[in-house]
Amino acid sequence: MDRYVCSLCGYVYDPKEGDPDNGIDPGTPFEDLPDDWTCPICGATKEEFNKE
Amino acid sequence: MKPIEIAKDIFWVGCIDWNIRDFHGYSTYQGSTYNSYLILDDHVTLIDTVKKEFADQLISNIAQIIDPKKIDYVVSNHTEMDHSGGLARLMHRVGENKPLYCSKAGYKNLSMHFLNNWNYQPVENGGELRLGKRSLTFLETRMLHWPDSMFSYVKEDRLLFSSDAFGQHYAGLERFDDQIGDKIMPHARKYFANILLLYSQLVLDLVAKVSDMNLALDMICPDHGIIWRKDPSKIIKAYVEWGEQKPKRKALVVYDTMWESTEKMAHAIVDGLGKDGVEAVPMHLRKWHRSDIMTELLDAGAVVVGSPTLNNGLFPTVSDLFTYMKGLRPKNKIAAAFGSYGWSGEAVKLINRQLEGMKFDIIDPGITVQFVPDDKKLDECFELGRKIARALPE
Repeated sequence: MDRYVCSLCGYVYDPKEGDPDNGIDPGTPFEDLPDDWTCPICGATKEEFNKE
Repeated sequence: MKPIEIAKDIFWVGCIDWNIRDFHGYSTYQGSTYNSYLILDDHVTLIDTVKKEFADQLISNIAQIIDPKKIDYVVSNHTEMDHSGGLARLMHRVGENKPLYCSKAGYKNLSMHFLNNWNYQPVENGGELRLGKRSLTFLETRMLHWPDSMFSYVKEDRLLFSSDAFGQHYAGLERFDDQIGDKIMPHARKYFANILLLYSQLVLDLVAKVSDMNLALDMICPDHGIIWRKDPSKIIKAYVEWGEQKPKRKALVVYDTMWESTEKMAHAIVDGLGKDGVEAVPMHLRKWHRSDIMTELLDAGAVVVGSPTLNNGLFPTVSDLFTYMKGLRPKNKIAAAFGSYGWSGEAVKLINRQLEGMKFDIIDPGITVQFVPDDKKLDECFELGRKIARALPE
């Protein structure tokens, strides 16, 4: 599973950790994040993330 | 400085930091101000505070207008400590239970600065707060320039509290653009180049959004420097121009030097650039502050970097500049490298790697000179300057 980096603020989405504060379980691949998921740091949309 | 009424019942109660010269690594030769604004209405409201060491001055400024205890609402548009540092003393004086309005990210970030149980009221983007005769509308401006940044807008007075956006590090008795004139623009430009450049696209998006919203603006009140009231559109237009980063016929020639060989090369390159009408100044990295170099880089179409090879590597100041420059993500540059060396000569290769990393268009493999450049090598440098000049847009 690939990690993805927010091009706006540098936050790294690590599928191993997920984003539990926003209801994303550990083990969720980036591709499976809901379309309306946004960067927990800066609010960027999924399109603004690049593969690490 | 005493408070100033900037609009009916709206006061600047900020503080002037006349003698700050180094603002977290940004050179502030003319100091700065921390602007805080007090609105007298049915619910008295304070927008942003000041650096911690100025908290007493802020409270005394407020007290010249109203008993600070009468403040009902506090708004924090931005968590950074030059605007929130005074919060602890202020909240203590105003009343720890008073509502403190901030963005959702502001709530998170403020909680990590101040260990307390303040009455945080995180607001929604577009949310409104009724003060009495007027209201505040909150606009999230994430990453302009922190995740928590927001603007507060008073539609009745057509007045925008823009946090760090449109600010300038400038200490003076002038409070408004019409009092200082164009002398303020270099300070605004330096602020953009060193704080906001990496968020250029967000700046352009925001300006487009604000013009779509038809937000009427009589005044833009930033958290540093002067208030834009004569022509607020002037600074907005300047932000669009800076954000677009259109390359001009200007080259940034930066270098360091140990025994003046790389310096001679820099001068010859600048000569070549000038021959073809390109604006260029040789900037010695130990004579120019990195924040001034970034300001010059803003509209330069070319970046030419020189370094001697020191112990098989780059000269330390060159690495320092690259670390700083890379973070600010400048765009649309052509580039080239040069440098002298004694026996190994890695610097030019290392510079090119850095330039490539920033996605600059390297138009020449670069010039290396062993020990001291002779006339032939200096002619090559001159020709490199001309080559860069030809590659720049007319």
